[in-house]
Amino acid sequence: MAEEKDKTKTESPFIEPGHTYGSITDKISSMILTRKTPLGWFIGFGIAFSLMMVLLFSITYLFMKGTGIWGLNIPVGWGFAIINFVWWIGIGHAGTLISAILLLFRQEWRTSINRFAEAMTLFAVAAAGIFPLIHMGRPWLFYWLMPYPNTMNLWPQFRSPLVWDVFAVSTYALVSLLFWYTGLVPDFGSLRDRAKNKFAQKAYGILSMGWRGSAIHWHRYETAYLLLAGLATPLVISVHTIVSFDFAMAIIPGWHATIFPPYFVAGAVYAGFAMVLTLIIPLRKVYGLQDFITIRHLRNMAKVMLATGLIVAYGYMMEAFTAWYSGSEYEQFMILNRMRGPYAPVFWALIICNVVVPQFLWFERFQSKVGALFAIAIVVNIGMWLERFIIVVTSLHRDFLPSSWGMYAGTFWDWSIYFGSIGLFFTLMFIFLRIMPAISIFEMRTLVKGSKKKIEN
Amino acid sequence: MALAGLNACTLQPTEKIIPYVEAPEDIIPGKPLFFATALTLGGFATGVLVESHMGRPTKIEGNPDHPASLGATDVFAQASILELYDPDRSQVVTHLGRISTSENFLNAMNTELEAQRLNDGAGIRILTETVTSPTLENQISSFLAEFPLAKWHQYEPVCRDNSQKGAQLAFGEFVDTHYDFTKADVILSLDADFLYQTPGNLRYTRQFTGRRKVEHGHADMNRLYAVESTPSLAGAIADHRLALRPTQISVLAQAVAKELDVPRQFGLNLESYDPQSLISTAPNVGPWIRALASDLKKHRGSSLVIAGESQPAEVHLLVHAMNSLLGNVGATVHYIDSVAANPVIQNDSITELTSDMEAGSVDLLLVVGGNPLFNTPADLNFAEKMAKVKTRVHLSLYDDETSELCHWHIPQAHSLETWSDARAFDGTLSLMQPLIAPLYGGKSAHEFLALFIGEPGKTSHDILKDYWQTQRPGADFEVFWQTSLHDGVVAGTAFTPRRVNFKIANKTLRIEDGSSRIAKNGKPSSTENLEIIFAPDPTIGDGRFANNGWLQELPKPLTKLTWDNAALMSPATAEALHLKNEEVVELQSGGRSVEAPVWIVPGHADNCVTVHFGYGRTRGGKLGTDTGFNAFALRTTESPWFARGLKLEKTGREYQLASTQMHQSMEGRNLVRSATLEEFVEQPELFHEMGHEPDDAMSLYPPWEYNGYSWGMAVDLNSCIGCNACTVACQSENNISVVGKDQVAKGREMHWIRVDRYYEGDLDNPETHHQPVMCMHCENAPCEVVCPVAATTHSDEGLNEMVYNRCVGTRYCSNNCPYKVRRFNFFLYADYETSSLKMRRNPDVTVRTRGIMEKCTYCVQRINTARIDAKKADRKISDGDIVTACQQVCPADAIVFGDINDPESRVSKLKADHRNYSILAELGTRPRTSYLAKIKNPNPEIKKA
Repeated sequence: MAEEKDKTKTESPFIEPGHTYGSITDKISSMILTRKTPLGWFIGFGIAFSLMMVLLFSITYLFMKGTGIWGLNIPVGWGFAIINFVWWIGIGHAGTLISAILLLFRQEWRTSINRFAEAMTLFAVAAAGIFPLIHMGRPWLFYWLMPYPNTMNLWPQFRSPLVWDVFAVSTYALVSLLFWYTGLVPDFGSLRDRAKNKFAQKAYGILSMGWRGSAIHWHRYETAYLLLAGLATPLVISVHTIVSFDFAMAIIPGWHATIFPPYFVAGAVYAGFAMVLTLIIPLRKVYGLQDFITIRHLRNMAKVMLATGLIVAYGYMMEAFTAWYSGSEYEQFMILNRMRGPYAPVFWALIICNVVVPQFLWFERFQSKVGALFAIAIVVNIGMWLERFIIVVTSLHRDFLPSSWGMYAGTFWDWSIYFGSIGLFFTLMFIFLRIMPAISIFEMRTLVKGSKKKIEN
Repeated sequence: MALAGLNACTLQPTEKIIPYVEAPEDIIPGKPLFFATALTLGGFATGVLVESHMGRPTKIEGNPDHPASLGATDVFAQASILELYDPDRSQVVTHLGRISTSENFLNAMNTELEAQRLNDGAGIRILTETVTSPTLENQISSFLAEFPLAKWHQYEPVCRDNSQKGAQLAFGEFVDTHYDFTKADVILSLDADFLYQTPGNLRYTRQFTGRRKVEHGHADMNRLYAVESTPSLAGAIADHRLALRPTQISVLAQAVAKELDVPRQFGLNLESYDPQSLISTAPNVGPWIRALASDLKKHRGSSLVIAGESQPAEVHLLVHAMNSLLGNVGATVHYIDSVAANPVIQNDSITELTSDMEAGSVDLLLVVGGNPLFNTPADLNFAEKMAKVKTRVHLSLYDDETSELCHWHIPQAHSLETWSDARAFDGTLSLMQPLIAPLYGGKSAHEFLALFIGEPGKTSHDILKDYWQTQRPGADFEVFWQTSLHDGVVAGTAFTPRRVNFKIANKTLRIEDGSSRIAKNGKPSSTENLEIIFAPDPTIGDGRFANNGWLQELPKPLTKLTWDNAALMSPATAEALHLKNEEVVELQSGGRSVEAPVWIVPGHADNCVTVHFGYGRTRGGKLGTDTGFNAFALRTTESPWFARGLKLEKTGREYQLASTQMHQSMEGRNLVRSATLEEFVEQPELFHEMGHEPDDAMSLYPPWEYNGYSWGMAVDLNSCIGCNACTVACQSENNISVVGKDQVAKGREMHWIRVDRYYEGDLDNPETHHQPVMCMHCENAPCEVVCPVAATTHSDEGLNEMVYNRCVGTRYCSNNCPYKVRRFNFFLYADYETSSLKMRRNPDVTVRTRGIMEKCTYCVQRINTARIDAKKADRKISDGDIVTACQQVCPADAIVFGDINDPESRVSKLKADHRNYSILAELGTRPRTSYLAKIKNPNPEIKKA
């Protein structure tokens, strides 16, 4: 720690000095091919896998019994499922932002973290994708939300934001997958060449799709990658905009607000960066990747978090302002109910998590203190979950007619599915770490030149 | 034999029964028939029409020709169709708890009777509930003729002892009183819930609310003063309401009587009159009483004073005297001969029976209906005494607490399964015909008694017909029989109002006011100086409906509790005793105690606690057992309706109650709009100004176009009394599931129409508002746009339709519904298993499965039935052809449905009224259901406290 701290005095590089092309390839591929799988991996995977089994068990029970096993009721028709969906989708955003937008902006520093962040996106979307399906009363009819020719001549109802959601999320999942996979192809080639056992050679051989590293391959790769980045960029904005429409298009006070799209996108990036930090800080420690994921990376991410966190805080402020300015008694009641009603503790916890705590990031000390950064990231993760809870639950539980007001609380099954989805996410994450290069090998090699230059300077 | 062809499929009575409309050649599949019959509660009949699909009765509607119904029914009549099909009803004759046969029973009884014949039946006792059936009375008389020393006792927990005793005090004889509210301008109710729990209540409701349908400039509105302890529906609609302890109400009655000069005119000496006990808790009561008295005096001949059943006989006497002095007799008050076949003071009757049993002089006890073991006063120790009877026989619908202690239990046929007759509150006779042969082989009371008068095996039909043949001899008997069955009433059988003369034997009235034992300092100082009030439960009655899921789950009109009773008390009392909702307390009264959860009821009188009896059944069926606590355990013969000296002790435990409404205030929103008559006459536009729809031009989209019909509804909040009959009627019509207490507690009840109840103002005596809320069928429905699969759509007649088959259950529509009228099947709530319950369902309405949304359809099946009929006749659907279930049942005629494209329809005219407004109109949803604002008619002499 002390050593790291010293380095921050001068702007630290994106890759620690002394690395060559060979050393980078060796180090990253060894995580998969040669180094013994660390005990921690087995423990972590075991826990995550168990949680995933909890998820499968809970979903089975849910399908047997119905959504009544959750805490839902009338008026609160949406609960943990939707909260978790928005939370996971939000987390996914950082990945796409890092890989696509930062690529287009030629932010070199993204290189060390983009692969990992993209994988995180993909798994977060996978975890998110479960929820819209299982939250339905009759999930076996999910395909009715998709436009397909059928004998009933019935189409989805295109005015419904849920239908937009189907398109937005599935497009997003598909593009993220392609983007991630395309980026992996050159590395699969390297792994194929370095693999010692037959199975790994065959497997990486297939995955690398005949990558030989010829100039033509590189040319095509670069073009495809850039195009996909171009495609993914608007998606970063659109997905969460459309997710926010699920709320903004409704007439419920607390949902019906024009600020929702930008506020949701910022919140998503905020949550996503928090999650990247949450994951990457232990990872670089365990795998000794401090050389590749340097303090500078962490600081950059902290800055992005601070910026998006401030946008989110502005969003909260504007919600309150608009409620007052609207003159609508329902809107005004909604905001007062959030602050003083039965869910006030949740609301104030959210404010502390998302607005107060991140202010520490203004200070360099906290930006570069790995432990503090990790703690803040966890707090923001929690805060963003609470934010979705507040948006979904407090808006619904007291809407227009006081006679229908109610309360909502998650049941055992709400929590088991939530934690189970975290299990699914980490299970996928652990498998990814074990069999795929968590840091892009070939892109890291492009940084070597830069790092040498820095030493010379 | 109209129904003979169906005998293979469903059980049908073998005798001919007469359909209401026209005797059909044969049943047309899919086309329901309506049969007139009657249902009794507390002995009194309410005429009903029963809808029958292919021989299965499915729905009860009121009989417009019946004086006690006028087309409406109460919640109990609605739910009795479910009782008919209740799978928990007893299905077999048992002897000593083991299955036996009717033959064995008959043999055993013959042996018993032979033994009793030697001593003229001195050891035989018959215990019935209140009997108004001439045929049954005739049978019992025949029996008593044969066994002259046998005795007939009557008891039921909600009896009319006090009013009968009051009549006896005043007139020296039993006479019944009934009222004409159409002529009553000023009404004083002394703890009388004449809108809900009095025989004739449906008629009174129609008449009373008929005088409150105020239109602009039309000021002929009645005025109700209600004095009561437990908030009731009459109190909720009253223009002036005073909450007093039960013992204080009698003091107030005396004070009013004094103001009206009753003591002097009748030479009465009000010995126990102690105004101090009144003034101590209600300091402003003096001017109130004077204003009331002068209002009554101003309306001689058009005023009305009613005393509730719980008030002591002396108060009833005073009320008779007041009505007489005010010239109301013959105008708003009518006296008739007692409607009950053999009126007795039931409390005395059951006491006598108990002491006979204790003395060992009872050898054979025939309990015909009723559940005395559960519902007799606690001080009688009925179970212990009954155990001394050598042979105990119980005829009842359920194998209940009493059956358990009886040697023989005989399953009783349901009212809808048997022939019988009964009288209404005014004496009008109805012949009752079965809709279906006994599902579980039950015997009617007639068939049961036939065993004891040497006519075993004679059917109810023959018993009834033979009896009436003796009463109506002549060639036209068949005409009488057919017409009476067809109409559901026997024409001209209402008792003629008669003259009564005051014969007051004892001119010195002593009414215990309990002031000696109640602290006079107003607020309760300790937990010991309380009064306890007993009342039948508003939904399960005296416990007889405990196994009825509809009634159990029906929110109690004012507390909105379901599945439980509670110790009800005022906010001030709860605060003084440091009690909060759901805290379990031990209620100690007269050396007995029960534990009950507390429920705070705004408007309840201070220093007293109301407990509803009927709960706490130990053998009440799958649903009825172990719900609530047994308040009968505290009720005594001395004080059946209220008692002094109640003590509360905290237990430190809590008990979860399931209420359907968690929030009681409107939060200043303009949901129920109300004003006084004066304000309204002055400024007719005031309701509109409280909030209205945005201009059409504000929408980007063109409005929907309706070339044919355009359905709409208007709900008159000034008429709605909040009785909840619409909720049960809707449940019955639309196959709505019962979900159980745990689901209600989670907020998942399924009722398509609910009656919201709001309090406004001071919680010690608030304004109480009722507002029935069902789907508003919005023009710009927020639910329609958010459904991803188009499962809820707008019809070309303006209905917001729900396509169950298409619904995938995202619940987005419910979230986006500002009125929260949508209901979701979180589990598989519908019972797909129990075959008897399947028979009950309305075949015109889909049974909903798990995972889908449902809601009010404006009874689209009824719209389509009317449409088919109209098309066949090649005409338009005319106004009144379609009557929704909620509208049909409403005793207050508060709900009107029809075509708003037709400016002449009733609903269009109501919507053009100044009182018409829509809730949440400012959202631009443009609801098709609108409300007519509430008007109060306070006495200008009484300033609002």
